[in-house]
Amino acid sequence: MSMFRIFDVSGSAVSAQSQRLNVVASNLANADTVAGPDGKAYKARHVVFQTELMGELGAAGVRVSSVGEDNTAGRRVHDPKHPGADAEGYVTYSNVNTVEEMVNMISASRSYQNNLEVMNAAKSLLLKTLQMGQS
Amino acid sequence: MINRLGDSLDFQSQALMLRSERQRLLASNIANADTPGYVARDMDFTAALREATGSGPAAGQALRAGLAGLPGQGGVAGEAHLRYATPSQSNLDGNSVDMDRERASFADNSVKYEATLRFINGHVRTMLDAMKSPQQG
Repeated sequence: MSMFRIFDVSGSAVSAQSQRLNVVASNLANADTVAGPDGKAYKARHVVFQTELMGELGAAGVRVSSVGEDNTAGRRVHDPKHPGADAEGYVTYSNVNTVEEMVNMISASRSYQNNLEVMNAAKSLLLKTLQMGQS
Repeated sequence: MINRLGDSLDFQSQALMLRSERQRLLASNIANADTPGYVARDMDFTAALREATGSGPAAGQALRAGLAGLPGQGGVAGEAHLRYATPSQSNLDGNSVDMDRERASFADNSVKYEATLRFINGHVRTMLDAMKSPQQG
């Protein structure tokens, strides 16, 4: 029965989206992290989605193929009084773009909800299929 | 008489299989809404059903038997009936899933799946009624 595959497909999407949400949460938490003594601040992370075929024809799930780091330079703010300031008086913050991360968060949670609804619809259809011929 | 009812039931069961396959296809599209480079696919339902039931029930069985031999292709509809969706608004990352359309198709397909189920239930009820003896009322 091909409908059972929907749970695999949507389940993989839900877990991929929740991983994306996790990465967004860690980026947002580190939005104001400053560079340590080594001069390297937190780098924003981004998930990379990839289609994963699930055996049957037309059943395409999702998986997180990798979590990449954003290599753009971090924000540099002139603040000589800051304990984390370097010799020139600049503090390096992480390169997290808060607005971008918020948009990412909304997109991830919407996709999560969508896939959950798909699973619920498939579940109710399958339950009705189970009652075939009994009514 | 019972043969004709069986044929009709076979048609509905083919339709139900195709509906469930389309449901899976749409679920895959919704799951891959954020995957770069993914191209949305949909089924040409009319053509698939015509081929599955084409010249009597034998055609559908032959198609199923032919597909059963291929690894990873357990479905009724072959690759031939899958079409690529043309995006109404192009996306920079190459993804062509239109979420509004997919959700609408998903709801449409759910309702039609349920309708087919009800047709089958109706047929079964009709057959059971026909089998009853007059004394059973």
